[in-house]
Amino acid sequence: MATHIQPEGLADKGIAGETVDPPVRRERKFGSGVEILLLTIFMVVMLFPVIWMLETALKETKDIYAVPAKVFSFSPTLDHFQNVFSSDSPVFKGFVNSVIVAGFSTLIATVLGVPAAWAYSRFTLKAKKDQLFFILSTRFMPPVVVVIPVFLMFRDLSLLDTRLGLVLVYAAFNLPFTIWMMKGFIDEVPAEYEEAAMLDGFSRFEAFWRVTMPLLIPGIAATAVFALIFSWNEFVFSIFLITDPDTRTAPSAIAGLIGGTTIDWGLVAASAMTFAVPVLVFAFLVRKHLVAGVTLGAVRR
Amino acid sequence: MAEVLVKKLHKAFPDGTVAVEELSLEINDGELFVMLGPSGCGKTTTLRCIAGLEEETSGEIRIGDEVVSGLRPSQRDIAMVFQFYALYPHLSVKENMAFPLRAANRPESEVEERVAEAARMLQLEPYLTRKPSKLSGGEQQRVALGRAMVRHPKAFLMDEPLTNLDAELRADMRAEVKHLQQRLGATMVYVTHDQTEAMALGDRIAIMNKGNLEQLGAPMEVYNRPATLFAARFIGSPPMNLIEAEVTNGHLTAAGDLRITAPEGLQRGQKVIAGVRPEGLTVSESGEGVKGRVVSKEALGDETIFVVECEAGLFHVRMPATARFEEEQVVAVRHVGAAPPAYDPTSEKVVSAP
Repeated sequence: MATHIQPEGLADKGIAGETVDPPVRRERKFGSGVEILLLTIFMVVMLFPVIWMLETALKETKDIYAVPAKVFSFSPTLDHFQNVFSSDSPVFKGFVNSVIVAGFSTLIATVLGVPAAWAYSRFTLKAKKDQLFFILSTRFMPPVVVVIPVFLMFRDLSLLDTRLGLVLVYAAFNLPFTIWMMKGFIDEVPAEYEEAAMLDGFSRFEAFWRVTMPLLIPGIAATAVFALIFSWNEFVFSIFLITDPDTRTAPSAIAGLIGGTTIDWGLVAASAMTFAVPVLVFAFLVRKHLVAGVTLGAVRR
Repeated sequence: MAEVLVKKLHKAFPDGTVAVEELSLEINDGELFVMLGPSGCGKTTTLRCIAGLEEETSGEIRIGDEVVSGLRPSQRDIAMVFQFYALYPHLSVKENMAFPLRAANRPESEVEERVAEAARMLQLEPYLTRKPSKLSGGEQQRVALGRAMVRHPKAFLMDEPLTNLDAELRADMRAEVKHLQQRLGATMVYVTHDQTEAMALGDRIAIMNKGNLEQLGAPMEVYNRPATLFAARFIGSPPMNLIEAEVTNGHLTAAGDLRITAPEGLQRGQKVIAGVRPEGLTVSESGEGVKGRVVSKEALGDETIFVVECEAGLFHVRMPATARFEEEQVVAVRHVGAAPPAYDPTSEKVVSAP
């Protein structure tokens, strides 16, 4: 890809083994003009809703309903964001609940999933492949399909309208994913490390804890972020299983703002923006591990 | 240090593959014992059973006076060196070597002393603060050796420790391992598939094949008198020439009237396979012997290996570097020196040897 990084005139000299063909270069230059134009159009189309939402969040209420729409000529205000975080706001509790539910469900999935993945990676088990496929198959079913049975079970167990219920459901959904992803990471850590530690005087579990565990931390972080994002974004279970405004999570709380006679679009937009930020930040922080986690483990032999 | 006893070891894996049929070994105190064989012959499985990383299906393993069956690896007081070194990548060289001592909760002063001693013996002092990934293969393997010796274990188990090193380094490390083993007076069980390594290192060699012991003996014994055709093919580079022959008047006669000195105790007319080492044959321009054609030659500097095609098959012949024959040249091949071992073609076992 030398064409992109090398400045004009240097390209032809090239580094050894990297030959750059000048005619192809000219064609690409012409092509890249069209490309940039197309990509710009594409970007505007894709990002327009996001930008519109951000603008809505920053506009005063009267500007939101202005016809024709004020795209640039409005005076920005942070009132709506202030409303999101005020104590009597209907969404603020939702955010708190979301943090609790996403955090605990991820914690449970990780604490159960990592040792399970370790066992699947290290031990010879009967029908290991079938077991692993069964675990994965629980993810094949869309949440909507199972939400009604879960609802009925939760009604009997009086778990409806509780955060605990949601934590359990999300943990159950994240567990297969955690096992599969962590198995990939653990497969990459040679079993010899643990065997060496066992001969050096540790029990099997101590060997795992002291030697393999420190090498798995990047993998665990990446897996946990995936689980966290799933739990944070999940909507179907949240809206079906919880109707109580005190225990519902942010997605259904935000959805609850729409409806009734007057809709405070500014608050909706500000809540949605606030809701999107943590996921973006987390994904950005662990982006290297996310790619490594999806392709291969991050530990080299 | 202690002796290691393996009695009627049998190991089958849950999927049904039998790694070790039945194996009995007596490894003496202070001995460097080599288990040699191709991959899948059961040598590594045997080693892992001794280590306690695999559980034996039946049989008994003793280390010193203790029956270790059912004991955890950590309770057996042995050290193991792995093919991929298995140095803990997140710990420094020093911490890697101190690891077994820390696991045993030894006092810090003792840890320091033992690690320093091992580092001195293995010339690792300049690298103590580095991480394993910053070391060369040879240095990493020395650290692995150091980690094995700090604890003064009853026995060392070596699982192909030099396989991952390049050829030059391997010869150096081979000498170092031998030297170290002698200085420590250590009992060492050494697994390898490299016959040169086995010959160079072993006090005794056990040749294994398909989960069975083919032969057990000192290196020269194994070299001069392979007990089976498998052992004959495995030991020596190039390997023995296995020549089908018939016993005639005090000779073994092969196709094309190639005459080989017969070992004692064979019946006239008996069909055997003679195992002739490459140095037991000689090539001359003409004269006595059978006619053959030089197919290829490998000039190794100190000697030259000729591959000669005769009526009785392809022969490898080891000649001094002064022998000059060209490819495609017609030459005469004959047997020289002592009688070779003879094997029964069906049982593949040695029937007579000098």
